[in-house]
Amino acid sequence: MTGAKKWAPLVLFILLGSALTYGLAKPESSTIKSKMIGLSVPSFTLPAAIPGRPGLSSADLATGQPHLVNVFGSWCVPCMAEAPQLKQIADAGVPIVGIAVRDKPENLQRFLGRYGNPFRAIGADDSSQVMMALGSSGVPESFVVDGQGRILQQQIGPINPEDVTGIVAAVKGAR
Amino acid sequence: MIAEAGLAALWLGAALCALQLVAAAFAVAGKADLAGIVRPVAVAQAVLTALAFGLLIWLFVQVDLSVALVFENDSSEKPFLYRFAATWGNHEGSMLMWVTILGVAGAAVALFERKLEERTLLATLGGQAVIGLGFYAFLLFASNPFARLNPVPPEGKGLNPLLQDPGLAFHPPTLYLGYVGLSVAFSFAIGALITRDVGPSFARAMRPWVLGAWIFLTLGITAGSYWAYYELGWGGWWFWDPVENASLMPWLAATALLHSVTVLATRDGLRAWTLMLAVIAFSMSMVGTFLVRSGILTSVHAFAVDPRRGTFLLVLLFLYIGGALALFGARVGTVREGARFDPISREAGLVANNLLLSAILGIVLVGTLYPLVLEASTGTKLSVGPPYFDAAAGPLALILVAVMATGPLLRWRRDNLKPLLKRLGPAAVLALVALIAVKLAAPAISALSLFGLALAAGLALASVAPLWRRNLLRTPLFVWGMVVAHLGIAVSLAGMACDSSFTAEKLVAARVGETVAIGPYSVTLDAIDPTFGPSWQALQATLLARRGDGDTLTLQPQARTYWAPPTDTSETAIHTAIDGQLYTVLGKQAADGRWQLRLWWKPFVTLIWAGGALVAIGGALALVGRQWRGRRKPAEAWA
Amino acid sequence: MKRLLLAFALVAAPALADSDLPPAPLANTQLPDPEQEAKAKALMETIRCLVCQGQSIADSDAELAGDMRAMVRERIAAGEKPEAIRAWLVQRYGSWVSYEPPFDRVTWLLWAAPVLFVVIGVLIAHSSFRRRRA
Repeated sequence: MTGAKKWAPLVLFILLGSALTYGLAKPESSTIKSKMIGLSVPSFTLPAAIPGRPGLSSADLATGQPHLVNVFGSWCVPCMAEAPQLKQIADAGVPIVGIAVRDKPENLQRFLGRYGNPFRAIGADDSSQVMMALGSSGVPESFVVDGQGRILQQQIGPINPEDVTGIVAAVKGAR
Repeated sequence: MIAEAGLAALWLGAALCALQLVAAAFAVAGKADLAGIVRPVAVAQAVLTALAFGLLIWLFVQVDLSVALVFENDSSEKPFLYRFAATWGNHEGSMLMWVTILGVAGAAVALFERKLEERTLLATLGGQAVIGLGFYAFLLFASNPFARLNPVPPEGKGLNPLLQDPGLAFHPPTLYLGYVGLSVAFSFAIGALITRDVGPSFARAMRPWVLGAWIFLTLGITAGSYWAYYELGWGGWWFWDPVENASLMPWLAATALLHSVTVLATRDGLRAWTLMLAVIAFSMSMVGTFLVRSGILTSVHAFAVDPRRGTFLLVLLFLYIGGALALFGARVGTVREGARFDPISREAGLVANNLLLSAILGIVLVGTLYPLVLEASTGTKLSVGPPYFDAAAGPLALILVAVMATGPLLRWRRDNLKPLLKRLGPAAVLALVALIAVKLAAPAISALSLFGLALAAGLALASVAPLWRRNLLRTPLFVWGMVVAHLGIAVSLAGMACDSSFTAEKLVAARVGETVAIGPYSVTLDAIDPTFGPSWQALQATLLARRGDGDTLTLQPQARTYWAPPTDTSETAIHTAIDGQLYTVLGKQAADGRWQLRLWWKPFVTLIWAGGALVAIGGALALVGRQWRGRRKPAEAWA
Repeated sequence: MKRLLLAFALVAAPALADSDLPPAPLANTQLPDPEQEAKAKALMETIRCLVCQGQSIADSDAELAGDMRAMVRERIAAGEKPEAIRAWLVQRYGSWVSYEPPFDRVTWLLWAAPVLFVVIGVLIAHSSFRRRRA
């Protein structure tokens, strides 16, 4: 048997073992980041989710004013956890708009009554269409959008207290 | 007390395993006085590990909540079968089962192996002990099943509802008997490489162990596929999921091995191939164990594990597989190569068989690991699923089926093309006829399914061809085994092709009283009622199905909610007819009070698992047939 | 705190999965045109569910999977080609969302592997045979 054939299996295994070691050292991340970051918000129009706040469309995000777009639902537990942070961000002068995914008006009103309403507009996304168009894979997620409607950054999961200053700075720094 | 006894038994078993290794090493090196204790120690080790496993089962059945593992996975509300099977429905318990089977396999070799030359046998038991030590260490230091819990909680968390099924009692044990049973072949190869005893008698000794493990592995995979099919509620039976692939890869290697070992036994050929495949088969088992328990791959099947355990297993992999392959590289050169053979010969057919199986194994391995390596090196997330595996492995599998049809009709050493084509003629003609007929009947069928059906027909005829013009009562049992096993592949392939091409699906939102047509059946939603069981409550639909003028059948699919742990599952209701299955699922209530129903008519889908069972039966016939023949005609070569 | 919230979120995941609204109409109903439905089904079986552990959207009970199915069916019914829908999803979520890996700079090896194995196999086979007497 030639030398190459004798040792080839061992060499191949060392390659395989290295691949496994590499994979173990740098494990897969479980979050799926949106690939729309850096691109314009896709065009959409959503009806108002509750009486008392207007609906949301992509045109509203391209008026020259940067926004924080929060994708949430009243049925989502971490969304309750991030409500104080959203209030902080709104109080700092950042305009926040919401996309309510798969929600009923009465449940939404109860949620907002209980946890506060930092939103200037809330669009009703009953079948997750706009959520998908943004490249978001769950709730809650937040997007920093600049004045031209370009997505600058994405926050996956609830906004934690330590993230607040960064987000406020990102929106204020955008044009 | 019992938990401590179990742990003590494990420690003792590990100590005896170390003793087995030392004694075997000395015996092989020449100190014959220690040789006598190797076998009894191997048996004692197995007894102790089996005792530990038995004690763990006892703890689960009794729901001893002072043991952490029992708390995590069991609850007193469960019926006996699930308390029993919950023992291995978790990482630590199934790892203990793994180590128990490893020990028992070694003991079986020590007790029953008579054909192997003494020094090689001792080296084999030494190899078994080397493997055992690493996994004992893993169990004792990183996966202790007997860890206690203080204070003792009032009730256990319960078993994952998806696992609360008779399948759990059957699928893991058979799978592990196969998976871990391949360690014997691995140890045989190590033994043979150490003592340089590779030849027909070695192969004849190794063959039954390979066959035994392979039969269980075939049964385990078939059972797992059927379980997923009726449990998950969408009619799929294979998903190229990483954990499924982890069980397929050892099977592919073991199939190649069992063919190689016969060539070695009868023609003294394929020595290096046989040794290599024996090492690869169990190596794939170990790689699979690593993949499933290290957490590096996402899968519904994966155990909840942490990377520390993964690192431990990875070290074991490097030691064992690296060691075995290094030994192979160092020693295989001194193994005298067997007789060469002609490009048209049965040996050549079996080499083609080995190469195709190895290529398919390689494809499955690359496809499973590529996303992992790609993300680790470039950060890009990728998914590799059925479109890749079907396109890459599918055609090779079909070529393999053609080789399978031709192989048994080839003569050993040297054959001629024209007589071969004459023998193959009827099967080839049947395949061609089937091809045309199916294409005419179903013009939209996919190429893979079309060729699959045609080749299945051809293979079915070709697999019974060796029986042609033979006195059936005097045909050796192992020839029947080959015939039945190859026929099983043809049957399974036909089932797969039918399922992917001719399944009819209906997804409807129905009111009570409404009738839906699906395939040859008309199904009426008769009622929706609440019902309950030992640890769940459910909404049950009563469906009345009628086929033409036949009797009305009742099917009752359920949408279940378990409370410990809180999970929603759906229980399918399946009716099996002679020509297919009616598969029904109850979904959620839709907006206007209608009920979501999913109905499938799957023609000939049962052939998939019937074929799998046939393959296992064929293996069993071959195993028994060889053992009988070995006793009656010890030194005969198979013509 | 972040870790606690994350743990909380993970524990709360089952609650995340169930919203108040029923599934979208086309999530669990077939398109009337069987050819279109077949195209939609073939596509759905190769799109990965974003919130599951390794399932296609055709095989998943998750709500988002249902919404994705509804979207696929709507678009196929409107006449869009399956490949265009796949491309739209990949544009948003990356190659991960498609079970059919692309053929590009980083994945060419994946597609080349089967060919490579066959070539190596033929070479090995060739070296095993003795020469046939003419």
